[in-house]
Amino acid sequence: MTASDTWDPSQPILEIENLSISFFTRLHEIPAVMDFSCTVMPGEAMGLVGESGCGKSTVALAVMRELGKTGRIVSGSMKFKGRDLALMNNEELRHIRGSEIAMIYQEPMASLNPAMKVGAQLAEVPMLHSGMSKADAWALARQIVADVRLPDPDRIINAYPHQLSGGQQQRIVIAMALMAKPALLILDEPTTALDVTVEAGIVDLVKELGRKYGTSMLFISHNLGLVMDVCGRICVMYSGEAVETGSVTEVFDKMRHPYTQALFRSIPLPGADKNARPLISIPGNFPLPHERPRGCNFGPRCDYFEKGRCDETDVPMAHVPGGDRHDSRCLRWSEIDWAAPPAKREVKQKARIGEVVLKMDDLRKYYSVSGGAFGGGTKKVVKANETLSFEAREGETLAIVGESGCGKSTFAKVLMGLETATSGSIMLFDENVQSTPIQKRNTDTVSQVQMVFQNPFDTLNPSMTVGRQIIRALEVFRFGASDADRRKRMLELLDLVKLPRAFAERMPRQLSGGQKQRVGIARAFAGGAKVVVADEPVSALDVSVQAAVTDLLMDIQRENKTTLLFISHDLSIVRYLSDRVMVMYLGHVVEMGTTDQVFAPPYHPYTEALLSAVPIADTRVERKRIVLEGDIPSAMNPPPGCPFQTRCHWKSRVTPAGLCDREVPPVQMLEGGHQIKCHLSREVLATMEPVIKIAAE
Amino acid sequence: MGLFVLRRLGVMLLTALALTFVVFYLTNLQPNLEKLARTEGSVRMTDQAVQDWIAQNGHSGSVFARYGQWLGIVPGWTYTDEKGQTRGRCFEIGQDAASAPSHCGLLQGNWGFSTFFKKPVAESLVGKLAATGWLMLAVMLVMVPSSLLLGVLSGMREGSATDRTLSTFSIASTATPEYVSGVILVALLATAATGISPILAEYGLIEPKKTLFLASATSAMDDITFWNFSLPVLTIALYGIGYIARMTRASMTEVMTQQYIRTARLKGVPFRTVVMRHALRNALIAPFTVIMLQFPWLLNGVVIVESLFNYKGFGWTLVQAASNNDIPLLLACSVVAVVVVLLTQLISDIGYVFLNPRIRLT
Repeated sequence: MTASDTWDPSQPILEIENLSISFFTRLHEIPAVMDFSCTVMPGEAMGLVGESGCGKSTVALAVMRELGKTGRIVSGSMKFKGRDLALMNNEELRHIRGSEIAMIYQEPMASLNPAMKVGAQLAEVPMLHSGMSKADAWALARQIVADVRLPDPDRIINAYPHQLSGGQQQRIVIAMALMAKPALLILDEPTTALDVTVEAGIVDLVKELGRKYGTSMLFISHNLGLVMDVCGRICVMYSGEAVETGSVTEVFDKMRHPYTQALFRSIPLPGADKNARPLISIPGNFPLPHERPRGCNFGPRCDYFEKGRCDETDVPMAHVPGGDRHDSRCLRWSEIDWAAPPAKREVKQKARIGEVVLKMDDLRKYYSVSGGAFGGGTKKVVKANETLSFEAREGETLAIVGESGCGKSTFAKVLMGLETATSGSIMLFDENVQSTPIQKRNTDTVSQVQMVFQNPFDTLNPSMTVGRQIIRALEVFRFGASDADRRKRMLELLDLVKLPRAFAERMPRQLSGGQKQRVGIARAFAGGAKVVVADEPVSALDVSVQAAVTDLLMDIQRENKTTLLFISHDLSIVRYLSDRVMVMYLGHVVEMGTTDQVFAPPYHPYTEALLSAVPIADTRVERKRIVLEGDIPSAMNPPPGCPFQTRCHWKSRVTPAGLCDREVPPVQMLEGGHQIKCHLSREVLATMEPVIKIAAE
Repeated sequence: MGLFVLRRLGVMLLTALALTFVVFYLTNLQPNLEKLARTEGSVRMTDQAVQDWIAQNGHSGSVFARYGQWLGIVPGWTYTDEKGQTRGRCFEIGQDAASAPSHCGLLQGNWGFSTFFKKPVAESLVGKLAATGWLMLAVMLVMVPSSLLLGVLSGMREGSATDRTLSTFSIASTATPEYVSGVILVALLATAATGISPILAEYGLIEPKKTLFLASATSAMDDITFWNFSLPVLTIALYGIGYIARMTRASMTEVMTQQYIRTARLKGVPFRTVVMRHALRNALIAPFTVIMLQFPWLLNGVVIVESLFNYKGFGWTLVQAASNNDIPLLLACSVVAVVVVLLTQLISDIGYVFLNPRIRLT
């Protein structure tokens, strides 16, 4: 309040200058952020982008002065409306927190107090900062809840957080941040924990609120596409430093830092193709804070590295002339030919697609769960998979796409034998395996169908060496005659996943995320698997590592003619690597076809919404915005008729009206084996326009 | 809810049956019965006479049949001696065997006859249970608030000086068994010769030859006063205070690192309000179970403390029953203990569901 009296609105809201932050352990000082500068003007949205560990969240928490006991600001200043936050005492900070600077967090469930009603948590803010009465504060809370477009605000303010869905919880966190009409909003990966269609709604809301209240934003994300959607300016961070900053269009189209360039080349944008134009991963690993190289931090992984120059002195930020406050931390930015195409792009042979390996026919999986808090109550049936039919061929990549709760993981469990199907058949080669649980499958079948798991951090035994774990898998598959045989095979497998042989003696904790996932892949392929189910294999990894792991998976597939079932929610990567795509919603397969068929009209209305919800980090791409209302219905209580009818934009085009409410749509066969489960007529489907248009260069 | 409680009660009943059978079996082993015969009859009985006594007083036959009699689902034993006089489990000599009930066990409300108190078990146990009930109530009133306070204070700022001081106290108190802390408290506060009572008497704060507290709680049986009741209560409570405080501290430190506490702080909520409004309720969910589990533990402490302070309650009765080989009384004590344990478990499970709406029992 005192700050806003003397502050001139033409000045920056937030001005960070040469900020350095370190964490202090008993022995070391670990620098987390070095020489970081950035300026946020009123009404501006600044995106902070980088991989995990680059210090972007540390910057955000430093602005809030919330660095814990061990973190300290070593040098530099952070001016908020002209006053240095670093010099404020606790009492002054308390007045700023929540009223002038508010924060929105990554995990909405964890950020809300589970034992307090939503309304009480919201009303607390104005009661604290402007001394509002309880009744007024609750009235305001109700109004803001309606503002963030939550249905039935009266019910919501009286609910506890666990009674709301993830998307609703995040809207509550946003509402909480808006209660005091802050001048600066810090968003720390606000949509990472949410599904894409829910994410699209939240992003729209944030943008609209920014316009409506003129709030400045500091938007932290690892997702370049999202930053492009929300922000006007961007700051790319690498290993504790800002490496490039400027307006979004300039940094995206005319990047002047090798890391930014490498980052863009490693993410699957429309036009990338696993055979003709494969992704280029960034070589090497992210340096740990205490192992940073001399000179440029990115030096060891940089294509333009010049010995004796880049590894000599600290690199300062250099201004790029001609741009709008465009800076780059590169000594050679003016020497590099930025328009040159990447040199080492190797073109690969497309794998030949062979015989049918796996065939599912009318597969169903139902669970029954009980209702009441003390057990008992009415039993409910959860239909996790409904009439699933498809074939997968040798050497083919079949992507299974859908949001959380759509049944894609249940499907994987049934295939693996961790669950048995309720009805229908699964034919693996010529064997019927749908009702054989994994304990009863013979070793051959088990080693033929293997899985790569989502989270490499939890799927390796922390107390066993990497080599031992792979050998253990070989023992289970009864591979080889002697220990020496198996050891030899284990080393070959390490070669296969491009890990040094010395890693056999390492413990999982000594490996990075990408390396752990490689071990997971080696284990899956240990018994010469014919069908590999990859359940979101790269979603827990950083962008630059994702490309390398994906390519590795593709290479092994090409060599072994493996059938890959690639489960993912990330449509960009699916488009990049899969041959055929199956889109699932609430247990139903709503659309299936080749990648080109699914990514081009006619779409199933859900696929259309899904495609439009995925942010794409390319300024040339124009997307049609279709934001779905509401959340995915619970599988315990699915809507009658078509599963998608509650959120469908095309429902009004179906004749006769009300058909969607009554009947599950039949599967329509279009040209080329393209299947769509929808009531829309062929004529209406033919009128659909592409969601993604790439403007001519 | 109803079904859940019913099912739990069923399981409780089975558990109680199993446990009482174990106690029954152990107290009715042959050597113990022989010992009983010698104490009840004569020490100089011949071995043959001992066997006869056992047979004539309904202690022979299968252990299951005798357990059934005690429960009241098998007809009570009868014995007709050489004089033609009939006596049995359900009637004395001289009573009419025909008019007496055939079953007389727990189910008929007959808990047996205590050989130590020389009166029916039920009658002798009721008063003692009431006395222990008062003791436990006082212990809970002291223990729960003070331990929660200690736990919350030390848990809200992990690693601070307050935390370290209070943690040291709670570890020390929970590491000291009742028979040690009881003796120390008596020596310190309740003798005219040592501790602080003589010092206080010297300054004229208490009358000469009097003590700050009374070392015997016998008078509390009739009239509970601060003077005679403090030491037994304190002795039991001290152990529990440390234990519950540690649990509360662990729960509190965990809650304080949660993201919603950070959210509250970054909303500008002052630290005191963060603790009181945001952390406390969440931190108290875990200790609730521990507190309920503490009830059975109290029974443990009660045995020692009641003997130490000569307070004639349930614990004291248990000790007397055991040392005097009073089988019916011992069995009754075990039934009470089993019921207390199982009932607190049930209450803790149900209470937990109400405290934490996210938990569902199945």
